[in-house]
Amino acid sequence: MTKQTMNRQGRPSQAGGTGAEAADTMATHTGDRALMVEEKLIFEIGNPGSCGVDLPDPGDLTPRLGGLAPREGIGLPDLAEPTVVRHYTRLSQKNMGIDTTMYPLGSCTMKHNPRLNEKMARLPGFADIHPLQPASTVQGALALIEELADWLRTLTGMPAVAMSPGAGAHGELCGMMAIRAALEARGERRTRVLVPESAHGTNPATAAALGYSVDAIPGTADGRMDLEAFKEKLGPDVAAIMLTNPNTCGLFERDVKAVADAIHDVGGYFYCDGANFNAIVGKVRPGDLGIDAMHINLHKTFSTPHGGGGPGSGPVVLSEALAPFAPLPFIVSDDDGLKLIEHVGQDGHGAESFGRMKGFHGQMGMFVRALTYMLSHGVDGMRQASEDAVLNANYILARLDGTLSVPYPGPCMHEALFDDGFLKGTEVGTLDIAKALIDEGFHPMTMYFPLVVHGALLVEPTESETKRTLDRFIETLAALAAEAGTEAGARRLAGAPYFTPRRRLDETRAARNPVLRWTPEADLAEAAE
Amino acid sequence: MRYLPHTDADRQAMLQAIGVGAIDDLFRDVPEGLLLKGPIDGLPNHQPEMDVERHLGRLASRNLPAGAVPSFLGAGAYRHHVPASVDHLIQRGEFLTAYTPYQPEVSQGTLQALFEFQSQVALITGMDVANASMYDGATSCAEAVMMAFRVTRRHKAVFSGGVHPHYRDVTRNLVHFTGGTLEEHDPDPRGAEDLTGSIDGETACVVVQNPTLFGHVADLSALAEAAHQAGALLIVVVTEVVSLGLLPSPGSMGADIVVAEGQSIGNPLTFGGPYVGLFATRQKFVRQMPGRLCGQTVDADGQRGFVLTLSTREQHIRREKATSNICTNSGLCALAFTIHMALLGETGFTRLARLNHARATALADRLGEIDGVRLLNEGYFNEFTLELPGNAAAIVERLAGRGILAGVPASRLYRDRPVLDDLLLVAATETNSQDDIDAFAAALAEEIAR
Repeated sequence: MTKQTMNRQGRPSQAGGTGAEAADTMATHTGDRALMVEEKLIFEIGNPGSCGVDLPDPGDLTPRLGGLAPREGIGLPDLAEPTVVRHYTRLSQKNMGIDTTMYPLGSCTMKHNPRLNEKMARLPGFADIHPLQPASTVQGALALIEELADWLRTLTGMPAVAMSPGAGAHGELCGMMAIRAALEARGERRTRVLVPESAHGTNPATAAALGYSVDAIPGTADGRMDLEAFKEKLGPDVAAIMLTNPNTCGLFERDVKAVADAIHDVGGYFYCDGANFNAIVGKVRPGDLGIDAMHINLHKTFSTPHGGGGPGSGPVVLSEALAPFAPLPFIVSDDDGLKLIEHVGQDGHGAESFGRMKGFHGQMGMFVRALTYMLSHGVDGMRQASEDAVLNANYILARLDGTLSVPYPGPCMHEALFDDGFLKGTEVGTLDIAKALIDEGFHPMTMYFPLVVHGALLVEPTESETKRTLDRFIETLAALAAEAGTEAGARRLAGAPYFTPRRRLDETRAARNPVLRWTPEADLAEAAE
Repeated sequence: MRYLPHTDADRQAMLQAIGVGAIDDLFRDVPEGLLLKGPIDGLPNHQPEMDVERHLGRLASRNLPAGAVPSFLGAGAYRHHVPASVDHLIQRGEFLTAYTPYQPEVSQGTLQALFEFQSQVALITGMDVANASMYDGATSCAEAVMMAFRVTRRHKAVFSGGVHPHYRDVTRNLVHFTGGTLEEHDPDPRGAEDLTGSIDGETACVVVQNPTLFGHVADLSALAEAAHQAGALLIVVVTEVVSLGLLPSPGSMGADIVVAEGQSIGNPLTFGGPYVGLFATRQKFVRQMPGRLCGQTVDADGQRGFVLTLSTREQHIRREKATSNICTNSGLCALAFTIHMALLGETGFTRLARLNHARATALADRLGEIDGVRLLNEGYFNEFTLELPGNAAAIVERLAGRGILAGVPASRLYRDRPVLDDLLLVAATETNSQDDIDAFAAALAEEIAR
């Protein structure tokens, strides 16, 4: 495959293909096309003996490896710095990001990532401190964590927060571990967790990871959890309900107080998935809803960058009932200042803590970024941000209602959900619309989630987009919907995208015959092909 | 507010298009009494960029950066020099502000970098395959034990006393909640432990660290063989990945799963996170692996490309039947690792490892000369354990007051183990100069003599 390039010279033309001939005249000698540049793997461009770092000569070394022979021949490629810089710069150009493109990925909150956050996280006083330095040398770091914790407690109206979870799903695990620990402390071993059908996959996976059986609750015709069905499933063996609010259909669960009361009546706990907190910051305090635990994705609501898939950060706010079981470490204050409690029962603290979830103290680099964002926005700006996020989603919903199909009537919160009803009778599916959006210069919305509507298109514009961009997005979707209704249009959409570094990829082949790393053998086999 | 593009006129026009009079009409599903009428009390309003910088700058100035003084801390997090181009490249917006690469046509940059990452990790660990990373080394370790339970259908893990206690605690938690057992061995400061006798027909896996928390290095081949004979897996933990440039790979010694903390390559200390967990295993266990995987395939034009694959193991497809609840990896930290490792290459990575070992031997020689100080290691990589003639935490505190970060007292990691109170874990890396070493030795000698 490495031999194949975009250069079509020498290849037979497609049957009857005027298009192929046109492509021939557009071909280049290299196969590259200006800014569309092919880039091999680092393993294919190595130059043995070159090196991208200058390190002092260790000199003659008498190894003290307890009798082990020093390793030889790892197989890494050697590259000089300019080669590496160009390689990864070119790779970056094959990505869409929020910086380049509207990225309306539902349930992911792809909002602007301010560069001030990055600058602050790189101050040596934060980036260059070791997690096990004496507490006396990191008082500023501990104060920062406390300040962020205070923001999170105040914004949610909850009394406690566990800072260490490393991501949203890790936060779910934290909250559910606290629930299980609280039940164990009561001498109870409950076995069931209730999860609405519309939930993120992490909810049932988290419950199952802690040994609970998962009981799905159906939804109502208006996109909420069915309160009556929920109540029917309640019993003394139910440990918790895991409910996302606003939910994954982009709607506020109106019965949330009744849910809280009902689960508490049977001695269970209310875990709220806070993935969609961006809709309600400064507007609704989850603590007023009767929840016991909720994770907060700092990488969604508080703008720490998604980074192509992490690192995230998922602090969990906890009710009075769950706070004693919070994980280690946490910060307390005494005469010497702030200090970390890193052991169960250390200095009389955390006797009931369920223990540790992660190495060291949590995602400090993300804490700095999130606090920087909070201070920049302020409590007034964050309230405005939530209102704008909800306004933008409703604007999309209202303007596309009738063009796309809307499964549940609005208003919505910060996400607009459509189903594929508008594609009925065409050969076009949700996937084709999404891929065609790419060619139009937009990142696709979330597709086929939530599972409760057919062919879902979940659009989360966030507060970061201008009205001009939203209008363009709306007009583009309307145009694609119209095109889907014509035969020629449907054919064109089925092949999209056309203008990306790669066309649609064969995912079946990848899964059937997994090639998960480069090997010299694979390279040789390619050459022989 | 500088991050919000709408003007009030925009907002009015949009509300009108929606057909409502005021923003709170869009919040009408929030039950009466729960919708806040005004701003939440007790928090400041928005601030100019320079004011925010001043505030954060003040907090930062109350910390002592490790690089500002001679610093010898390790125990799972290491201060290495990260080339400037690493930080430049990971801040390119197309990397920094992209989501998980679920749309491969517009994510080939992230995906190809992940494929390179997986290849590098497989090579340095000596394993067949690696995943696209996990939260950190400790969570990788817990996931490895859960995977061993799935593979062997047994539910007991034998846990070495040489493994970092944070890794043990994280693993214990997950094992506890899933009904397995962890056979925990006592801390092993002298590297004398032999686990072969602890393996039986119920053992799912043996978990060891190399080099150990206390710095000892060992040939694990015999332990691997004993585990395999009993039908158990050998899980090898590496908290200092630079060691893999000098020590025999865990794969070559018979490891079935290798988990590591990848922070040392490409990532700053940042008070403990975010870091990057490495996870590698043998080909035959691929479908039991947790976490994301990137695989090679072809596109509609037959060109090589990359996608996330084997996602039927993952929570968004399998829900409660997933191999793990994990939804993210540590993408940007993995990218930093990949770029730094590409800059190092074979030549640089092996040289870096030798340099670390050379600095550590120089440091050990110098500190070992001090009256009353005893080196507990015969073999080590860049970290070793000293027995001091008194409480190590107290000495560390006094040295910090003199501007030297002397290492990690074992008591910071083990509570209520008086036998460990005099032990100090000391690490040296390429960032430590001979002057640092001399300053540390002189100050330690003085503090001990006091």
